Amino acid sequence: MKPAQKLPFFLLSAVALAVLPLVLQSHGHAWVRIIDIALLYVLLALGLNIVVGFAGLLDLGYIAFYAVGAYLFALLASPHLTENLPAVAAMFPDGLHMPIWVVIPLGAGLAALAGVLLGAPTLRLRGDYLAIVTLGFGEIIRVFLNNMDMPVNITNGPKGIDRIDALSIGGVSLGEPWTIAGFTLPPVTLHYYLFLGLVVLAVIASARLNDSRLGRAWRAVREDEIAAKAMGLNTRNLKLLAFGLGATFGGVAGVLFASFQGFVSPESFSLQESVMVVAMVVLGGLGHVRGVILGAFLLAALPEVLRHMAGPLQAMTDGRLDASILRQLLVALAMIGIMLARPRGLWPAPEGKA
Amino acid sequence: MSTARPLLKVNHVSKRFGGVHALENVGLSIQAGDVHGLIGPNGAGKTTFFNVITGLVPADRGHFELEGRAYKPTAVHQVARAGIARTFQNIRLFGDMSVLDNVRVGRHVRTQVGWWQALLRTSAFAREEAAIVRDAMALLDFVGLADQAHRTARTLSYGDQRRIEIARALATEPRLLALDEPAAGMNATEKVALRELIERIRAQGRTVLIIEHDVKLVMGLCDQVTVLDQGQLIAQGRPEQVQSDSRVIDAYLGSAHAAYEAPHEQPADDDDAEIEDDDEDEGARAPEGGRS
Amino acid sequence: MAGFLHDHAATPAAFTPIPVDIFIQQIINGLVLGSMYALVALGYTMVYGIINLINFAHGEVLMVGALVSWTVVTLLADSGLPGWVQLLISLIASVGVCMALNVAIERLAYRPLRNAPRLAPLITAMGVSLLLQTLAMIIWKPDYKPYPILLPDEPYEVMGATINLVQILIIVVTAVVLGALVFLINGTRLGRAMRATAENPRVAQLMGVQPDKVIAATFMIGAALAALAGVMWAANYGSVQHTMGFLPGLKAFTAAVFGGIGNLAGAVVGGVLLGLIESLGAGYIGDLTGGVLGSHYQDIFAFTVLILVLTLRPQGLLGERVADRA
Repeated sequence: MKPAQKLPFFLLSAVALAVLPLVLQSHGHAWVRIIDIALLYVLLALGLNIVVGFAGLLDLGYIAFYAVGAYLFALLASPHLTENLPAVAAMFPDGLHMPIWVVIPLGAGLAALAGVLLGAPTLRLRGDYLAIVTLGFGEIIRVFLNNMDMPVNITNGPKGIDRIDALSIGGVSLGEPWTIAGFTLPPVTLHYYLFLGLVVLAVIASARLNDSRLGRAWRAVREDEIAAKAMGLNTRNLKLLAFGLGATFGGVAGVLFASFQGFVSPESFSLQESVMVVAMVVLGGLGHVRGVILGAFLLAALPEVLRHMAGPLQAMTDGRLDASILRQLLVALAMIGIMLARPRGLWPAPEGKA
Repeated sequence: MSTARPLLKVNHVSKRFGGVHALENVGLSIQAGDVHGLIGPNGAGKTTFFNVITGLVPADRGHFELEGRAYKPTAVHQVARAGIARTFQNIRLFGDMSVLDNVRVGRHVRTQVGWWQALLRTSAFAREEAAIVRDAMALLDFVGLADQAHRTARTLSYGDQRRIEIARALATEPRLLALDEPAAGMNATEKVALRELIERIRAQGRTVLIIEHDVKLVMGLCDQVTVLDQGQLIAQGRPEQVQSDSRVIDAYLGSAHAAYEAPHEQPADDDDAEIEDDDEDEGARAPEGGRS
Repeated sequence: MAGFLHDHAATPAAFTPIPVDIFIQQIINGLVLGSMYALVALGYTMVYGIINLINFAHGEVLMVGALVSWTVVTLLADSGLPGWVQLLISLIASVGVCMALNVAIERLAYRPLRNAPRLAPLITAMGVSLLLQTLAMIIWKPDYKPYPILLPDEPYEVMGATINLVQILIIVVTAVVLGALVFLINGTRLGRAMRATAENPRVAQLMGVQPDKVIAATFMIGAALAALAGVMWAANYGSVQHTMGFLPGLKAFTAAVFGGIGNLAGAVVGGVLLGLIESLGAGYIGDLTGGVLGSHYQDIFAFTVLILVLTLRPQGLLGERVADRA
């Protein structure tokens, strides 16, 4: 796109994106909700893109960082800890209600730490093994989340944590409808703007990292680690940085998710989800931010679109095919089909800028 | 021969792979500004020697000194940082990256703007990025590839890819440029261009260590030559001395003397196999990043 | 599994001397589990040794084997045939179906990607795994189905612990099958071809070995072993469901790496050891951690072993055998 065309394009897109939820919400909140969830996935996919796409590290346990962020917020902004741990209740007599400007950086930071810790043992492993080990870590985290309700009830086990606060910005709670200039914005729309804002930041961050000394170094590691080392690159630190920075996006997304849903449980952080996010990145176009966004949107919006088609199918097949099964089926077929047909993804980076 | 402190001084280097003595008590000394040739028949241990001094393969024994300071070649990236840059026998470019980007990666080790500055797009970032592009383009110009800067590296011809690799190595501002069979697979014209490039590199005052099979190329180019055979040092000195050394003649004629006469078609010492061999002990360790 | 483990949540946290009968019981459980892991691990290791691919979908073959067997025995339930005959027929059906399935998967999903970038076959394999699970969920519906008891299930006493016929058979059949596999690999043309291809495919090809056929054969043998393991699993734990293959598959892969990927003996050693570690660990973790961690953490053992092995001794216990891929 020529530079002259860029500005009008961006302005138009900005307006379209700003107006989108207002248009959709008149058709029902469900549609806005779909976009909200899709935006969260986009955030996850962008984060994983740093690890897999930029640095070439196949992380199959990425969902662990999502879980870290989500549970962090759940613990810091819900009655769970104060109800279960008397020591905490004593320290916070008004309950735990961490504000957004504390909890988002905290979520990012904790996730980054987790990223470095989980990445460290994998540094010298080759691709397939790295995948399995990260998968193992993801599972380990899930098992811990599922079982840390005894002897001390930290995560409330499979029951999950509920009554999580909604985030509030400048005194406006995102959990309540907000009226401004005659418009009433429901919570789904309020969350939309927050999510969109963070996605935009994530896109800018990704693009800036990619087009920098670090981005080039990551790509070098991905292309040929030995040659990279021979040129003086500290591949160990570069990989840890990829894990850490990539994880921050996941952590932030987790915080947003917990607040949006009001409830978290280990079920939301299964291997299936990790695989979904990997699929979004690979099928979209490994390393290419625009492709990744496309992949995330397609795979995230798909089940919801299917929900409308699934009705008749479900009746036809005696209840065997419902929307979530269809989604799984299509994701699986997509993973196989796209790799066979376009191994570089639907929208790969243009040549020379890989 | 000058008695100034050598740029690179290496001795007592030994390396065994299982039962094979790849290197036995090998040593050499390179004066700053020299072009030093490392020759020998197939399997002599030349690439192993390269791998050892650059840290890719650990030596069993050896003493290593760069510019008078001892160094332990354990971490490849640290050796590069200290000032030894190399090219590989089987060209190892970042194939899917552009020509320019390949050389820009070479600048990584001599630049330092951090990622947070990249995120914030500070003026320090902008300045350094501009400098990196300038330096990289200058190097591409030096090797004659400035007009190819934005092409994907793997789409270039073999000879051009070799030059990108050399430009990339030069980008690290090495004290010693180590070229592993740079002329392998090149035709006569390309070899002439390569020789001319190496002469220009020498004219800049750089020190070069070069493994080569093409004896004509080596003899015409090098100030000093080291000859290895089956892991042992058999001769060392000026090209004319070495050429007429009976042990050298024996070594070449005794084994595949096609290596001595014909232009070398197939790279003999397979450094990738060596790296992979070593990794057999290490199992899951990644032999090479994205390549397979 | 729960039926054979003592409930350590009820044991006081203070250290009690380990009773022999509990110990023997865990050993038995471990050997049974380990046998099944070994069978599945062999499939992983053989495929990896020959084409350098972690076949993520391999665990699902175990699942398909179990579900097909369940369908057959359900169909034969009123036939009047003795239980062991039903079991045998279902086993043959399972093995057949799984072999055909695996060959098809190799041909359609993996072969086209032999020269693709490293990531592509991994993604495809994950897609195949997901596809198999989803198809199984559609065909067999998501509920857990009880697997009928086809063999006499009276427990025999061994040093204070109990073992039943199914468990004895699992261990014995595994040993016999392994013996047959050894004969196959070392004493037949196919076995030689497989070994040659695993070591150096190019040279093997020059010697007249057809790599495609050898690879197909490898997938078939792996499938047969996994199907067998699936039937054993169903008979031992008494239930089948479309998600049953995932974790055992992962753990079997861990076992293969533990023993040394590509190394057949390693797969067996790794499998049996992992089974024992898991069993003993699950049994004693309550005591070891003073009640903080319970037996529900047992799934983590496999992953912990995996991470430790890959960090400390990546070539596995008996060493890797991977082809020269240069």
